[in-house]
Amino acid sequence: MIEINYYLIVSAILFCTGVIGVLVRRNAIVIFMCIELMLNAINLTFVAFSSYMGNVNGQIFVFIVMTVAAAEAAVGLAIVIALFRNKESVNIDEINILKW
Amino acid sequence: MINSFYLVTLLPLVGFLINGLLGKRIKNEKIVGSISTLAVFIPFVIGVLTFFEMLSMSPESRSILINYYNWITAGSFTVNYAYLIDPLSVSLVLIVTGIGTLIHIYSIGYMHNDPGFAKFFAFLNLFIFAMLNLILADNLLLVFLGWEGVGLCSYFLIGFWYEKKFTGEAAKKAFVINRIGDFGFMLAMFFIFTNFNTLEISKFLDGLSVYQVGDTLLLTISLLLFLGATGKSAQIPLFVWLPDAMAGPTPVSALIHAATMVTAGVYLIARTSLLYALSPVASQTIFFIGLLTSIVAATIALKQDDIKKILAYSTVSQLGFMFIALGTGAYWVAVFHLITHAFFKGLLFLGSGSVIHGMHEEQNILKMGGLKSKMKITYITFLIGSLAIAGIPPLSGFFSKDAIVFETYKEVGLGLMIVALFAAGMTAFYMFRMVTLTFYGKPRYDETKVHPHESPATMTIPLIILAILSTFGGFIGIPHAFGFHTYLKEWLDPIFFKATTVLQTIHPVEEPTYTTEFLLIGLAIVTSLIGIIWAYKIYSKKEKFEPASGFGKVLENKYYVDEAYDTLVVEPIKKTSEGFLWKIFDIKIIDGAVNGIARYISNIGFDWRKLQTGVIQDYTTISVAGVVAIILYLLFI
Repeated sequence: MIEINYYLIVSAILFCTGVIGVLVRRNAIVIFMCIELMLNAINLTFVAFSSYMGNVNGQIFVFIVMTVAAAEAAVGLAIVIALFRNKESVNIDEINILKW
Repeated sequence: MINSFYLVTLLPLVGFLINGLLGKRIKNEKIVGSISTLAVFIPFVIGVLTFFEMLSMSPESRSILINYYNWITAGSFTVNYAYLIDPLSVSLVLIVTGIGTLIHIYSIGYMHNDPGFAKFFAFLNLFIFAMLNLILADNLLLVFLGWEGVGLCSYFLIGFWYEKKFTGEAAKKAFVINRIGDFGFMLAMFFIFTNFNTLEISKFLDGLSVYQVGDTLLLTISLLLFLGATGKSAQIPLFVWLPDAMAGPTPVSALIHAATMVTAGVYLIARTSLLYALSPVASQTIFFIGLLTSIVAATIALKQDDIKKILAYSTVSQLGFMFIALGTGAYWVAVFHLITHAFFKGLLFLGSGSVIHGMHEEQNILKMGGLKSKMKITYITFLIGSLAIAGIPPLSGFFSKDAIVFETYKEVGLGLMIVALFAAGMTAFYMFRMVTLTFYGKPRYDETKVHPHESPATMTIPLIILAILSTFGGFIGIPHAFGFHTYLKEWLDPIFFKATTVLQTIHPVEEPTYTTEFLLIGLAIVTSLIGIIWAYKIYSKKEKFEPASGFGKVLENKYYVDEAYDTLVVEPIKKTSEGFLWKIFDIKIIDGAVNGIARYISNIGFDWRKLQTGVIQDYTTISVAGVVAIILYLLFI
């Protein structure tokens, strides 16, 4: 039986990677993938705790998170396509017209 | 009848509401007119019954205070909606509702086919309501409610034909000038409240007993109240609004600007007579203002050509006489003249309305003449009114004016009495100048176009009734010298008893002998006759009217008082308002402050908005930094 700490550390590393990716990458698709990464890091924590505490609630939550993530991916990718049609670019720092 | 006295003020209010709200839907002039007339006539009947009920009581108990409800309560300060029914207020209620009824009837004929018929009657009823409140109220605040109410109705009715520009201006002028007087009234109320802790007139008058004669506080209060009176009763220096107020319909001039509202100032001073008896300086001021006003207005009236303007200046002059009486301490005489004046001046105004009606809205007496045979009833009644105001015995004006002249002689002396007599002589002169130019001689109007005709019965019947009253109304105050009871004096004595006692102790006056009194009466009659005959001689033959020159021109232009007020008061106010208050204070200081703050904030925003880059990652970074900071805080601190 692997201790829960290891799962949590992996999950934290994954999450931080995701955050850093969101903050520093320019490409919208990559940022998107990083968000998925963060969600999955959370999923990992959920299952880890679920198994640790012998409670299935965490695993049910994971299904919900995955459903939401799928739906979000559909919407997000649609936005990215729409952006590309307008600006010929998916670089997030070029899409900055929502300001003064 | 005293139990149902509340109807006296309630009915005019109901009449106002019915005609004001539904008048346009009723459409039928007869119904609208009858509702309004009844709303004044029933109170008159109640007034008459109350009068007889009071006659049967002993003179001391003729003062009934009816408390209807508690109007305002704030701490120790209470204002009750209470009416004081005593000989003075009942007399005025009878005048206001009685003459009011006649004028309502007259208006049905006069305002026939006017698009604002219902509105006119609604305002008339509202006026009666406010005036009765003014008269009956026992509380200065309630008096003030009526005082402002009549002012408001006066404003509405002067500007009744608002589509003409000058009527609106006349209405505004009346309103603004009255405000100056109201300011005095309000200050007087504040003084009374702070020093006597009450606004009830009876309590205030009781509280006066601790003060000495000539006390400065009393002097201040009395002069401030008098300022209010000069505004409402058109005395110098605030008389200029009344002649302009003639822009309103003639029944309004008769009711409001001759018979009732303008006497409110006289009433107020008579009501607080004890205060004036205790401040001789104020009484003297009143006397001289009254004398000056009566002379100035009478001289102006000598040279006016507009029939209503002459009557307006005559009203100002007669009000001056009432103030002379108040100033000498003969309060009942002032009320006497108020009553007879209401009769004959109401009559004269209604008569002039009938003339104007018959002449197709012509008001210039130079363009009339020879109307005697064409408007018989109007002529006879108008002549009676003129003889009454000129002071020819035994008409009503003779007795009241003679009483004023007599009191002036008794209290002030021969010199000023002659001045007052001179004003009375001028009254006779300008009245008969007007009568002669209007009714005698040859027609000076275009006979092919204008066909003067007698007015309908609704107009002539009030004229006849008022003519009868003007003829016999004076018998209520026949001087003792003739060996009759001076009924009015005895009737009003309980009201003025305290004040006259105070006056007698300060300044005892010997009652002149009957011989002197008869001599004075003879002198007054001779003066009036000279005025009448002189005016008739000059104007009955006169065909050409040259423009006035010299002093006549000054009189024709009303001593340039309006112009003087314009240059001395109105223009400086306009200039300061425009040059300083608007262009400097408003634009630079107020607008500057407001706009400056706005500009400052906008500048700050201009710099700080750079924070918003529009790049999502910048926002996320800050947000994550925040999250990290919170985590660190939770973990380590």
